[in-house]
Amino acid sequence: MKKLLILPLLLAGAIGSAHAVEFNQVQLNSSMMTFAYKQMGVPLEGKFRKFTAQLTFDPARINAAQAKLEVDLASIDTGSGEGDDEVAGKLWFNTKAYPAARFVSGSVKALGGNRYETSGKLTIKGRTLDVAAPFAFRQEGKIGIFDGAFTLKRLDYAIGEGLWADVGTVADEVRIVFHIVTNAAAPIKK
Amino acid sequence: MNPATRYSATAISLHWMTAGLVLITFPLGVYMHGLALSPLKLQLISYHKWLGVTIFLLTVARLAWRATHTPPPLPETIPLWQQRVAHGVHLLLYLLLFAIPLSGWLMSSAKGFPVVYLGLVQLPDLVGKDKVLGELLTEVHEMLNFGLLALVGMHAAAALKHHFIERDATLRRMLPRI
Repeated sequence: MKKLLILPLLLAGAIGSAHAVEFNQVQLNSSMMTFAYKQMGVPLEGKFRKFTAQLTFDPARINAAQAKLEVDLASIDTGSGEGDDEVAGKLWFNTKAYPAARFVSGSVKALGGNRYETSGKLTIKGRTLDVAAPFAFRQEGKIGIFDGAFTLKRLDYAIGEGLWADVGTVADEVRIVFHIVTNAAAPIKK
Repeated sequence: MNPATRYSATAISLHWMTAGLVLITFPLGVYMHGLALSPLKLQLISYHKWLGVTIFLLTVARLAWRATHTPPPLPETIPLWQQRVAHGVHLLLYLLLFAIPLSGWLMSSAKGFPVVYLGLVQLPDLVGKDKVLGELLTEVHEMLNFGLLALVGMHAAAALKHHFIERDATLRRMLPRI
């Protein structure tokens, strides 16, 4: 009985959001995953050259939004070869044992305008913590672009242990900035 | 009016501050360069950069002093050719004290590690990030420093020779009154 009542609503909803498109084809070549931090008070930036993302996002149905990202930690570019080698090591990411960082979204909420926030679980080096990342979404024809950032504390994930745990040299706060470009999915008929 | 027999207190202070800082900054640079990457190395690199910026600022002040003052004359007993060589060495020392910190600053910019003086004031990047240019500037910075080492050696040896062997007033012009 209830289902019958909902059906017309769903149809109405489908018509109402006839222009809504689901974005789930990630364009890795035009997407970017960068990070910013301070070392001895000097602002520095780096990036990850390789990551994968699977995401489903329709601004009209954010309750159904999903994101799963995996960052290849060995693909880091700190700006110097010496730095790249160092952070792959045991005291930092220990990429041999923990090759990837993983984010799995739990929920997405609207913050107003084109702004949203995703909450989920971030796993790095065997440690999983809740994180929330606000982002802006904009649509350019069949392309959807997500721009967002959040700050994590590297020591929460034991990134930089032992002598590197000194946050006076390399700051604890690391800002992760993402720019993800997706194409609209081909409409699927059920 | 008789020309002064000594440099002014300002010039003497600037000279000896520069000398002291160079004697710290140069070996610090050599030492930190050989260290494996560690927090200590990153700290020392920062201190080295701060010292270098300080030397640069002192040199700018000294050039301003030099442009507005006449230095006390060398003793007349010194042959003209030696006076000319001394003058040339002084010119080159000024040039290197200006160019070496500048090459370090350029090198920092090219390597993508900006200089934040004393951890407070960020210097503008003079060139964009460029790996090849960064490596080239590292070599330029090193070569200029070998030049500085040779010139400082000549400068100090000549000053000591005049003071202890010829026993003339050359070095006393740059010594503070005690």
